[in-house]
Amino acid sequence: MKTYNFKIKRFNPSEESSPQWQEFSVQMDPMERLLDGLIKIKDNSDGTLTFRRSCAHGICGSCAMKINGKNGLACQTLIKNMPERITIEPLAAYPVIKDLVVDMTQFFMKSEEVLPYLINAETPPERERLQSKDEQQKILESITCIMCGSCTSSCPTYWSDKEYLGPAALLKAYRFIFDSRDRAFDERLGRIIHAQGLWRCHSIYNCVEACPKEIDITGHITELKRLAVKNFFKRNK
Amino acid sequence: MIHQFDTVIIGSGLAGLRAAIEAAKYGSVAVLTKLFPTRSHSTSAQGGIGAALGNEEPDSPEWHLYDTVKGSDYLGDQDAIEIMCEDAIRTIVELEHLGVPFSRTTEGKIAQRRFGGHTRNFGEAPVRRACYSADRTGHAVLSALYEQCKPLGINFFSEFHVLDIVIENNKCHGVIALQIENGEIHVFNAKSTLVASGGYGKVFKTTSNAFASTGDCLSILFNAGLPLEDMEFFQFHPTGLYGLGILITEGVRGEGGVLINVQSERFMERYAPAIKDLAPRDMASRAIMTEIKEGRGIDGKDYVHLDLTRIPNQVLSERFPEITTFCKIYMGIDPSEKPIPVLPTAHYAMGGIPTDADGRVLNDEKAGVIKGLYAAGECACVSVHGANRLGCNSLLDTVVFGRRAGIAMAGENKNAERGNIHRDAIDNAASLIDLTIKRKGDQRIGDVRSELQTDMMDLCSVFRNEQGLKELVSKISIIEDKAEHITLKDKSKIFNTELLDAIEFGHLINLSKVIASSALQREESRGAHFRDDFPQRDDADWLKHTFAFKKERVVEFKHKPVKITKFQPEERKY
Repeated sequence: MKTYNFKIKRFNPSEESSPQWQEFSVQMDPMERLLDGLIKIKDNSDGTLTFRRSCAHGICGSCAMKINGKNGLACQTLIKNMPERITIEPLAAYPVIKDLVVDMTQFFMKSEEVLPYLINAETPPERERLQSKDEQQKILESITCIMCGSCTSSCPTYWSDKEYLGPAALLKAYRFIFDSRDRAFDERLGRIIHAQGLWRCHSIYNCVEACPKEIDITGHITELKRLAVKNFFKRNK
Repeated sequence: MIHQFDTVIIGSGLAGLRAAIEAAKYGSVAVLTKLFPTRSHSTSAQGGIGAALGNEEPDSPEWHLYDTVKGSDYLGDQDAIEIMCEDAIRTIVELEHLGVPFSRTTEGKIAQRRFGGHTRNFGEAPVRRACYSADRTGHAVLSALYEQCKPLGINFFSEFHVLDIVIENNKCHGVIALQIENGEIHVFNAKSTLVASGGYGKVFKTTSNAFASTGDCLSILFNAGLPLEDMEFFQFHPTGLYGLGILITEGVRGEGGVLINVQSERFMERYAPAIKDLAPRDMASRAIMTEIKEGRGIDGKDYVHLDLTRIPNQVLSERFPEITTFCKIYMGIDPSEKPIPVLPTAHYAMGGIPTDADGRVLNDEKAGVIKGLYAAGECACVSVHGANRLGCNSLLDTVVFGRRAGIAMAGENKNAERGNIHRDAIDNAASLIDLTIKRKGDQRIGDVRSELQTDMMDLCSVFRNEQGLKELVSKISIIEDKAEHITLKDKSKIFNTELLDAIEFGHLINLSKVIASSALQREESRGAHFRDDFPQRDDADWLKHTFAFKKERVVEFKHKPVKITKFQPEERKY
């Protein structure tokens, strides 16, 4: 057991006018997760400390927060890899509801704009549609997104322009545009090639650094840009 | 706020969403979840979803049926199992058409792998039956179903915590829920209500289950006088990461991973000579615990090794990227180089809300039903899993019976009147919150909860006996009293998760009592329920389902015969 100092940004906007920092000292086993530390604080010191959590092993996407200045999942952050002083803040760029809980409504709405579902009106075969391994390879990384919001929250372009679709929504568009079974290519591409869509991404790579699933989001967005340009020239030949 | 819907669905995992897609074809649908839809615990399912597609080698629904019956230790209802296995192929094809990115064979078909207890030709040898998307099958299916809900105009109420399911005069009127963000109470009047709220693994200390898996709705229905079926049967998955309980899919053993003890012996050969490491979970978990008890744990400690170094590196990285990451992050172990320490972890509830094959909730052991109330998925008990579920049958169960419930609700809704929840029910829900917040006492929620989870783990997990279970029942009763003295610090209406913890803890206590009492009354060993003092299966007295009813502070039992059609019970050997 070792003692760690958790410095947490607290805020309940319905009752307080500004955020406050509060420090807690927590006894932790090196194999424990940062999330375990937050739970210890809630259970033993301050029941009002508020955060989201569910699966506790990096697959549900609930507990994304800013940990020592970098977005990540509290359940995927092992305490032994942390310094003794840990600063924890809510994800940036989303309105705070309470403490580490942010309002993600806008974040989810962005994805809705790209028609985030497989579209194919052809009569399906009796059995599964065939998809080659190469075809699937194209979407393999993009399907691992857990919608935790770390990427969009880390994007400076999104900080300055809340109308920007953001990396998560563009990745979602990629996931369907590059799925060999999808037939809504034009419509979906049309929804992202505008000033606050694809072209607003300036390849800053913050999203890649922030992604807890290690998805090369900027790389995927670059692929989309390449496709959009190719498609433009094909149309105007 | 009062809402009016044709169908209200509690839970946005696979069962809930599959039902929603069906019900939305015929009327308005609301889906309530205490998380965001894609955070539901279905997303954690790793290894696969079973169907006799025969894409990799010959297979048949009949073999799948046999395996499931035998896996259930003959407690599963064979008519329901037959429905599931017969519908499995259509179900998987439909999921693929909806967009699920299944892994593929070289010909581009859905790839399949071996899983525990799934065999060819009635037990001859393991068969490739589990369809998968690497080791993120649940995530892949849940995402696709959620995505397909979008164009259908299904109304999602995210971060709504169910306080009550209102039943009057044998009819369900709908749901009362708390909007977590602002503490407002919402009333959902419905023609039909589906409970698809998932499992309740959080009754145990070591579990693969999410924090949200607290069985709120089962407990609410039990308190309303409805029975819970076969609650003594709780599955412990053999391979949870030591100390954490995080799951390592059985799929790795399907691809060549093996369990070994301190003598580097592949000990499952002794327990299940024909299918070895692919023995069903109840047997594999008991084998591990027996090895440890007899001193063959690793370095004298309470774990064994799961050796994945025998799996070719490419297979490991392509098919198991997620668990490889888990091992590296949480254990600091690269599974391609070193074996992983594992121990059984509480994983899946076979028992639950009794239903018929269309999801209608039964109000007694004689097949009476509640009008307008349905259940599907892990919270329900059809019963297709009996005393022990086979791996990759749970996802199948959710989608097959979720769809059937959706169809049945749409049918019932045509001639049904919408429910009308009265003021007094709403006032009761509000006063539950008030009382919980204002309660004064000297107990802290974390302490009492961990006491319950530890007691359940020590006295009611893989091995059980009369003395331990009696002790447990009285301990739970003391914990119940202590819980009356829990004080909350958070009095706010805004996102009060301490309040939710307290409400959920009440449900955990309630369900623990049902599980422990059900385990105490069943004086035999069957599937996941093993009694040291009654180590044999007893078909003469116990080939029957348990129905637990609330009777003031104790639990009362009735029983229902098992439906046996094609396969007569025989000794279960692998």
